Formats: sequence, structure tokens, C-alpha cells
Amino acid sequence: MNDAISPADALLVQETVPLAISARGLAKRFGEVRALDGIDLDVPRGMIFAILGPNGAGKTTLIRVLATLIKADSGSALVMGNDLAVDPQAVRGAIALTGQFASLDEDLTGRENLVMLARLWGFPGRRAKDRADELLAAFELSEAAAKQVKSYSGGMRRRLDIAASLIVTPGVLFLDEPTTGLDPKARQGVWRMIRQLAQSGVTILLTTQYLEEADQLAARIAVIDHGRKIAEGTSRELKSAIGSGFLHVALADATPARLDAAETILAARLGTTVQRSPEGAQLSAIAASAGVANEAIAALIAQGIELSDFSMGSPSLDEVFFALTGQPMDEQDEEETR
Amino acid sequence: MNGADKGSVAATPAALSNVARPPRPSAFSNALVFGWRAMLKFKHVPEQLFDLIMTPLMFTLLFTFVFGGALAGSTGDYLQFFLPGILVQTVVFNSVYSGMGLSTDLSKGLFERFRSLPIWSLSPFAGLMVGDVLRHTIAGMIILTVGLILGYRPEAGLIGVIASFLLLIAIGFGTGWIFIVLGLLIRTPMTVMTIGFTFIFPLVFASNIMVRPETMPGWLEAFVVRNPVSHMTTALRGLMAGTASSGDVLLALLAPALLTVVLSPVVLWLYRRE
Repeated sequence: MNDAISPADALLVQETVPLAISARGLAKRFGEVRALDGIDLDVPRGMIFAILGPNGAGKTTLIRVLATLIKADSGSALVMGNDLAVDPQAVRGAIALTGQFASLDEDLTGRENLVMLARLWGFPGRRAKDRADELLAAFELSEAAAKQVKSYSGGMRRRLDIAASLIVTPGVLFLDEPTTGLDPKARQGVWRMIRQLAQSGVTILLTTQYLEEADQLAARIAVIDHGRKIAEGTSRELKSAIGSGFLHVALADATPARLDAAETILAARLGTTVQRSPEGAQLSAIAASAGVANEAIAALIAQGIELSDFSMGSPSLDEVFFALTGQPMDEQDEEETR
Repeated sequence: MNGADKGSVAATPAALSNVARPPRPSAFSNALVFGWRAMLKFKHVPEQLFDLIMTPLMFTLLFTFVFGGALAGSTGDYLQFFLPGILVQTVVFNSVYSGMGLSTDLSKGLFERFRSLPIWSLSPFAGLMVGDVLRHTIAGMIILTVGLILGYRPEAGLIGVIASFLLLIAIGFGTGWIFIVLGLLIRTPMTVMTIGFTFIFPLVFASNIMVRPETMPGWLEAFVVRNPVSHMTTALRGLMAGTASSGDVLLALLAPALLTVVLSPVVLWLYRRE
């Protein structure tokens, strides 16, 4: 696990690299809700692996099961070679968890938080302080080290929270929605740190609601919904299933008749189903290439359908779900956090 | 797709690469760390000291000077009667703080991290206990000092005071379990306090802390003399005065012992439930 394997390389040597996580048929229900409904997962060591899904899909539950916080009802998993059910304490020794909500003591300073954790890991007094200072420096928190965490910004908390997971270098680092609620600059900073960690050989399993984040960071992505894995592959593989991008057009004069006509033309030109925005004035559809999208727009204009706006963008999570499941992502309000 | 900023990736700080793992620490060492955390809380949240002593201080002054003359003939006599009782009340009330702290920690996700660490799973509770002992000792000393200034005299001297404080810590340890159970069940610290006090208030006020039970109606007296808080108060008065029998002390310890025996497995079960 000490060998630095870049995520892309890890894919190529998947057969020979031992697995950091290997789960079979993990299931967990909370009352009537099947939070996990039979998940299989293989994560090679040294890889950044993303779990992509909407709120309530079961992402947090999956992480909590793998991090020994809750027991699965059925199924089994090995984490760094240790069986979750047989030796949870060995699993805890091999992992680190950064939950969705900062798991820090707000009353203590940043340094005290890290010193506390370093001592819990067994670093003696002086070494615990040194280790805390090393991490504070690495995460650009040295200046705020003596300030109470309650005065930290969201980005600083996140960084400290991740630093707190790295007191000893874990075999697997679980990051539950590491950038949710962060501004773009703070998000970039967290992404940079995640990449650095992967460079040093840590396996990272992260959850996210953002396709872009999974695309930016992860060598492999599993899409889950309603506790089931509905797709898995590299970003490229998923995109080829989804199309290279989404064509969005907005009609200048969005009468129902014109929308119907436009939908028919787009469906014919792009060879796919067309989604209407809830407001009705916008149509979107997968486009295999920019060329095809151009032709479709030209066809619309040739039919006298005037466009107020059009764009070609990477698909949103909604659109990924639409493409993978054939139905829109429904609003799920199941309890994600407990 | 992952090569967006290879440049900065190259500069991986040494802190992020593998560090030598220290040997697994002992359960005792884990517990000490949590105790240290409890002490740091006193440093960073000194306001909590104010909370700890304001109520008992006001009770002491109010009862001694407003009601003392009427209740015991003179304020001095009343203080002599009342002060050990207010110490019991202080400890019983202040045991709410560990439950509230636990509830706060649980609601913020801090325990998620503790539970994902390879540590003795009960060490966080050991830390709460250390915090409790500190709180009870500090609050008790301040109240006693004010009492001494106002004229209270513990006739059994220093030995009596030390014995009294040991009993107070045992009482706080026992009642602490009630609030730890509530803290594990309830995610809002204020609700922990409200629900806890709903149980504690009648016990503290329908006791012999403020008034002798003989002056009460028969049905209430029957309750008051059986109230565990009364037993605690009687024992503490006796220890301070040097007149306590071992029976008094054992009666006082009965409720804390029962609470510990009954509630500690409940706490364990609740904590490991998930």
C-alpha cells in the first residue's frame, strides 16, 4: 500500500493490485427503508473511487457500514484484508473517516484537536504535538492553530477535519461529501489535497452528489440509487453510456405546438429521448458529438423554430440518472445521516 | 482527467506520506486523553464555571439571609444546617453537564470519529467522568469557601471536608448516569437538561436539604425521609460535623450504587447499539 499508484495506473493493474475494499451483498434497512439493498464493491488499493448518488441513495450508510459505525444486516466486506464482522477493531486501525459534518471539538483549538487524536493513536506527548504541527502546516492551518475551531470558516474546518483523519496514514480514507457546502475556492483546495493523498498511496472512497467532482477526482465511479448500484465504470465509460454531453435549447416562442415540433426534430436528429424542463420552455437531450448537436440546431432553425438560448454542457446528475435509469431522479428525503 | 494540476501534486508534503505508526496505546492512556479534553474545556469555556456556581450561590445567600432567621431562629444556625445540603444539590444539578456535553458531541458527529478509531470504546465516558469530578470539586470548593466566609464551620475539620467531597463525587458519579443515558438518547442538549431536571427537581426540593422533614405534612414527610437525596444530605451533614455513622454513609451511597449498576449497562448498550 506504500507504493504510490496513480489512479489511472491502478485501473490497468487491477488484477494484480490487492483490493482495499471488497464488499459483497451489503444490505441495511432502517425500518421500512432499504438504505442498502445488496451492494457489491471492489476498490483497488491506491485508487480514488467515487460513490455518486442523490440524497438518500444510501451513500452515507455505505460509508458508515464500511467504517464499522453500523453493522450491515447481511452481506460481508473486507477492508484492507480485515473482515468487518470478524475484526472491526483491525478495520478501525486501517481506516480513517471524515464524515459529512465536521467531527471536531468546536471548543478546542485546531492544534488541540489534532494533539488529542494523535494521543489517542498512541503518539507520546512531544511526538503528538509535532505530528499535529506537521499536519497543520501541510493543510495551511498553522496560523489558525491556536484559535478555537468554532471561529474557523467552512473550508478551514473541512481541511482540519481531513487532517484529523491523517494522524497515521490510513490504508483507506472515507470522505463523505467532502466538498458539500464549500465555496468554489475551498472546493479546489480540498480537491488538491485529495489528489495529493492519493499520490502518497492512500485509497480514497468518497461520496458525492456532483458528477463533476467524481469526474475530476475519481478513477472509478459507482452510481447508486435506492441502495442499489445502478452503474459502475470509469468516468469515460459512464459518459459513453450517457453521451458526450447534453444539448440544451430554449425556445423563444414556447407554445405547446412549437415545443412538440422541436421535440420531434431533436429526437429524430439526436436519436434519443428528449427531456423537457419542468417549466416547459427548455428541451435537453444527449448528443453524441458537437457535430450532431450543431446539425440538430440547424434543423430547428430551418423549420422556423427560433431559439432564445442553447448550450452544450456535461450532463448534470439528474441527466446521468435519466440516461442510466430512463427516469428522472426522484426527490428522496430518506434520512441520510443516521 | 486526473492530471489537471500535476504540478502541485508533485509537492506532496511529507506530513501526508506514511508516518511510522506508534504502538497501540492502552485503554488507560485513551481514558487519560479524554480526561485531558475535559480539562481543556475548562480553559476554553470558563463561562461554564459561572453556570456551575451561580445557582447554588444564590440559593445559599437567599436561604441563609431571607429564610434562615424564620427557619432556624438565626441565619448562622440555618447556614450550619443548610450548607451541606446545598453541596448535595449543587452536585446533583451539575451532573447534567456531562449529559449535555455528550448530547452536543453526538449531534456534531465528533463521536463518529471516536467510534471509528481503534481505541477502548468506553474511554470517552471515562473522560466525561474526569470532567465531572473536576466540576464537582471546583464547584464544591467555591460554595464551601463562601460558606466559610459567611460563618459556616465544619466541626470535623479537614478530614470531614475531604470525606464529604469524596461522598459528593460518588453522588455525582451516580446521578451522572441518568444524564448520560439522556444524552445518548436525545440530540438536543437543552432537552437533556429540561427532561433531566423534571426528574431531579422534585427529588431535590422534596428533601431535607432546606427544611427539616418534621415540619412537613405527614404524607410529604413520609416521602422526604425515604428520598435518596435526604439520605445523601444527612450523611454529608454528619461527615462535616463528625457525627456520621457508617450506616448513614452506606444509605447515602445506595442510590448512586444502584444507578451505576442499573444504568451503566444501559449506557453500554445504547452506545454500542448501532
